[in-house]
Amino acid sequence: MIKGTVHKYGSNVDTDVIIPARYLNTTDPKELASHCMEDIDPEFASRVRPGDIIVAEDNFGCGSSREHAPIAIKASGVACVIANTFARIFYRNALNVGLPILECPEAVAGISNGDTVEIDLESGRITNITTGETYQAKPFPPFMRELIEVGGLVNYARSKLKQ
Amino acid sequence: MGQTITQKILAAHCGRDYVEPGELINARLDFMLGNDITAPLAIREFEKIGAKTVFDKDRIALVPDHSTPNKDIKSAELVKTMREFAKKHGITYWFEIGQMGIEHTLLPDEGLVLPGDVVIGADSHTCTYGAIGAFSTGVGSTDLAAAMALGETWFKVPEQMKFVYYGKLPKWVGGKDLILHTIGLIGVDGALYCSMEFAGEAISELDMAGRFTMCNMAIEAGGKNGIIAPDEKTLDYVRPRAKRDYKIYASDPDAVYRQVVEINVSKLEPVVSFPHLPENTKPVSEATHVRIDQAVIGSCTNGRIEDLRIAAAILNGRKVHPDVRLIVIPATQEIYLQAIREGLAEIFVEAGGAISTPTCGPCLGGHMGVLAAGEKAVATTNRNFVGRMGDPKSEVYLAGPAVVAASAVLGRIGSPEELT
Repeated sequence: MIKGTVHKYGSNVDTDVIIPARYLNTTDPKELASHCMEDIDPEFASRVRPGDIIVAEDNFGCGSSREHAPIAIKASGVACVIANTFARIFYRNALNVGLPILECPEAVAGISNGDTVEIDLESGRITNITTGETYQAKPFPPFMRELIEVGGLVNYARSKLKQ
Repeated sequence: MGQTITQKILAAHCGRDYVEPGELINARLDFMLGNDITAPLAIREFEKIGAKTVFDKDRIALVPDHSTPNKDIKSAELVKTMREFAKKHGITYWFEIGQMGIEHTLLPDEGLVLPGDVVIGADSHTCTYGAIGAFSTGVGSTDLAAAMALGETWFKVPEQMKFVYYGKLPKWVGGKDLILHTIGLIGVDGALYCSMEFAGEAISELDMAGRFTMCNMAIEAGGKNGIIAPDEKTLDYVRPRAKRDYKIYASDPDAVYRQVVEINVSKLEPVVSFPHLPENTKPVSEATHVRIDQAVIGSCTNGRIEDLRIAAAILNGRKVHPDVRLIVIPATQEIYLQAIREGLAEIFVEAGGAISTPTCGPCLGGHMGVLAAGEKAVATTNRNFVGRMGDPKSEVYLAGPAVVAASAVLGRIGSPEELT
């Protein structure tokens, strides 16, 4: 069960603002996390607490294929990202690095910045503790559930290689 | 049931005759690539997978093009990681500085990606190769790592969108203007998860450079891939370069599209995308009030010889405005050499422009032309997000090479028509 404070953003949060390219000369998750969201929310890195949740509108993670973006978000302590839609490369990358993401337009509409929200990843149930509302996220397709269950693509590839 | 070119290529790579949009498939990969930002992460994940060697050393390209020639010590370490991996695994297509070019221009020019291929790259602009009739798309580093071990990857078969361009292209209107106009029409998520097929008489008229530019920016509309069915121009380009066999596919007349968008190009003006999204498009005549500090001609979008020729024709005998820095970046060593041989390099230098060795550099605010707070650039690059070319308070305006070259002379955004 995830429980944390919401940091809410609008549409088209791109990977250049999630982690600007000027910091892509490192692959260290902690260093990347210290610059996460810097160009649209300079206080984010100092404000975020483990278990917090990012909520955003459409097309979250658009732009570059840099896996550094979900890595930075995950290393900053964010436990889940909820959005109306995700850009497709970000979607793959988040699954691959083990950053939970949920698509749920009802939750995005009902949740405000600073709300406390609880998420049951297993069932996709989202509860806004601040308002008492609950929402149901779209389930992952079976193949992606399998990927998540084996612990991501690296484990999946490792077992496939052994076959 | 009829299929599109994208469906047919994907079907052929998972041993099927037909694939349905929405279904998940495991596809065999013909080629894959990583660069100096994404490959080091992929190499780390590859080691975790525990594969002793790569699936095929002839089907992987490692191209250090983003922060090179190494801009700082950390970047040098990343490129070193790539170089050591390439040597250890005998990667055939490791491109050292001096042979290196911007990946999405280099690989098709070298005949390494071909019509009918399925290609993935750990770079979002991998969709460029759709211009030669390949299915190609960007992925992250872990996907590349698994692909280097297995030679295959999973895809959701995308829904199909078709864009038909009719009419005659006006002077100074090229591939960049068509794709920016299209993104302006449908928005930066207008083709989210979809395949974008470009067709029509105006596409037939476009040269290969213009077609590469269009497919390159499919990602800026959220597209999974951009694609153009091969024709004689494609084959003329591919034949002398191809390093493997290839196969030509075309969409069936009864292929099913989620949406068909028809665009009349005859009345288009050159297009400019305003900050901070590529969808903020305006005709150049509505952008002439924007004063600029920098003009950049280059990138995987517009760094080809044809782009440089357009810019040189405008800059020939003219001077760059005293308040503007013009940076010209040929995309590959071959194009650089060609620009010297054709006298284009001399025109750029005489005009007061700076010519750089191939690099992605300023496009992503890495090096070779980073902007300070409050500065504005007009660029032939592909993204104008907040902070993309430098300080978060700087601004990038996207345009084709004709507008960027003219703007460099005018000191503000403008059309070549304004130069007398």
